[in-house]
Amino acid sequence: MQITAVIDYGMGNLRSVVNALEHVAGKNHQVILTSDPDQVMRAQRVVFPGQGAAGDCMRAIDHYELRETICEVAANKPFLGICMGMQILLEHSEENQGTDCLGIYPGRVRYFGDDHHGDNGEKLKVPHMGWNQLHQTGRHPLWEAIDDDSRFYFVHSYYFETDDRSLVIGECDYGFSFTCAIAHDNVFALQCHPEKSADAGLQLLSNFIHWDGQA
Amino acid sequence: MPLAKRIIPCLDVDNGRVVKGVKFVEIRDAGDPVENARRYNLEGADELTFLDITASSDGRETMVHVVEAVAREVFIPLTVGGGIREVADIRRLLNAGADKVSINTAAVFNPEFVQQASSKFGSQCIVVAVDAKRTSHDGSPGRWEIFTHGGRKSTGIDAIEWACKMDRYGAGEILLTSMDRDGTKIGFDNELTRRVSEAVRVPVIASGGVGTLQHLADGVLKGKADAVLAASIFHFGEFSISEAKKYMASCNIEVRL
Repeated sequence: MQITAVIDYGMGNLRSVVNALEHVAGKNHQVILTSDPDQVMRAQRVVFPGQGAAGDCMRAIDHYELRETICEVAANKPFLGICMGMQILLEHSEENQGTDCLGIYPGRVRYFGDDHHGDNGEKLKVPHMGWNQLHQTGRHPLWEAIDDDSRFYFVHSYYFETDDRSLVIGECDYGFSFTCAIAHDNVFALQCHPEKSADAGLQLLSNFIHWDGQA
Repeated sequence: MPLAKRIIPCLDVDNGRVVKGVKFVEIRDAGDPVENARRYNLEGADELTFLDITASSDGRETMVHVVEAVAREVFIPLTVGGGIREVADIRRLLNAGADKVSINTAAVFNPEFVQQASSKFGSQCIVVAVDAKRTSHDGSPGRWEIFTHGGRKSTGIDAIEWACKMDRYGAGEILLTSMDRDGTKIGFDNELTRRVSEAVRVPVIASGGVGTLQHLADGVLKGKADAVLAASIFHFGEFSISEAKKYMASCNIEVRL
C-alpha cells in the first residue's frame, strides 16, 4: 500500500485536495489527511497544501510542530506544494507586514499591488482569480499528458519570486510573467490549484501519485 | 490577456433538489444537484454556484450533503450561498467541500461578519453578494441602493460605496445582482456592473437578467465583469455552457475552451 499524506495544519479547505487525490488514486494508494509528524514521515508521498495568509500558515505550522517534518520530507520524499504550500518554501513573504517563511529555497513572495495593470493599461483585479494558462518552461514527469499552456485555476494576491532560475518549471502571465511552478529533485510546487483545475489538474495529481521523485 | 473570463451557472437548491433544472433531455433525474453539476462540468463551466433557498434548518443540513456529494466528483470551484449567518455555517460548508461561500443579508446587517469570516478563512473563500436596485430616475446620474429580503426592502445604502466597503472588509469577490434585471432576460445592468467593477480591487461577477449569449458577452465588454453568472438560459437547455463560451470567444473574449 502506497500512502500519500496531506499535511493538515488547520488552514483552508483541505477536503478538496483529499477528494481530488482519492479520485485519481488506485486501489494500491491510500490518501490520509494528518497533522501527526510520525504519520507524515511514514507516508511515501507528501502533499503540502495551504490557503489563507502567510502569517497564519507559519504560526499554524509551528503550533502543530511541523516545521522540522516539512523540511525533512521536502529533502527526501516526493513532495507537492500547492498555493501557500509553494510560497512558504521561500525565505520571506511580504504578506502580514512581512513574514519569515521556511527558507528552503532562495527568494521572496510579493504582492501584486493595489494598482496592478496589464500591458494595455487595463486594470487587473487582485486577487488573480480564475483560469489562466500555465506555460511549461521545462520537461518534468508531472507535466506528463498535460498540454503546454493548459489552463489551471488560480486564486492568489501574492506571487513567487526566486533568484534561482534553475527551480522554475512553469510560468504564468498576469500583467507580467511570474513563476507558478517550481521543481527541484523530489520537490514540485504550484501556485495554482490542481484539485480545482478539472482534467488538467487531475492529471497532474495522478502523475504525482505515480511519481518516484526523480526529475 | 490570458486570464479567462469565467462563466458560472447558478443552481437553486431547495431541500437538496435543484428546483430549476427540469428540461435536460439526456438527464433522467434533472433535479439531482450532482447530475447537474457533472453535466455543467463536462460542458466546461468554470465554477458552480449553489444557492440554498431552503427555508428550514433541517433543509440546510441537506445542503451540506449536497456539497459533499458534488465535491467528490466535480473538480472545479464550488460556491454556496443562502442563509449564511455565522462562522460555524461557513466552516460546515467548507469542510463539506465548498471552496467559497457567498454572504448576503448577514453582511448588510453585520458588516463585521465579513471581516471576521475573511480573517478566519481567507478572502479567497468569501464572496459578498450585493443585490442592487436602481433608485435614480432616467436621465439623471445613476444611483443604486442595496436591497434585502429578495429586493423588497431598501437599506438606503449606496451600492457602489457598499461594494468598496466590502472589498476593504476582506471580500475576495463581489457577486453583483441587479434586482431590476433579475428574471427579466433583457440583459445585465451593465452600467451598474461597470461602475462597481471599476471601483473595487477584487473580481466582480455580473448577475441578473441574462436572456441571450450576447448578454453574457456584454457583461464583460460593457460591464467590465470578470465573470458572468446565469441560471435559466442554462437550466432550460436554451444554451449549453460550451455554446456560451464559443460565442464569447467569437467576441474576442478570453475564455477557457
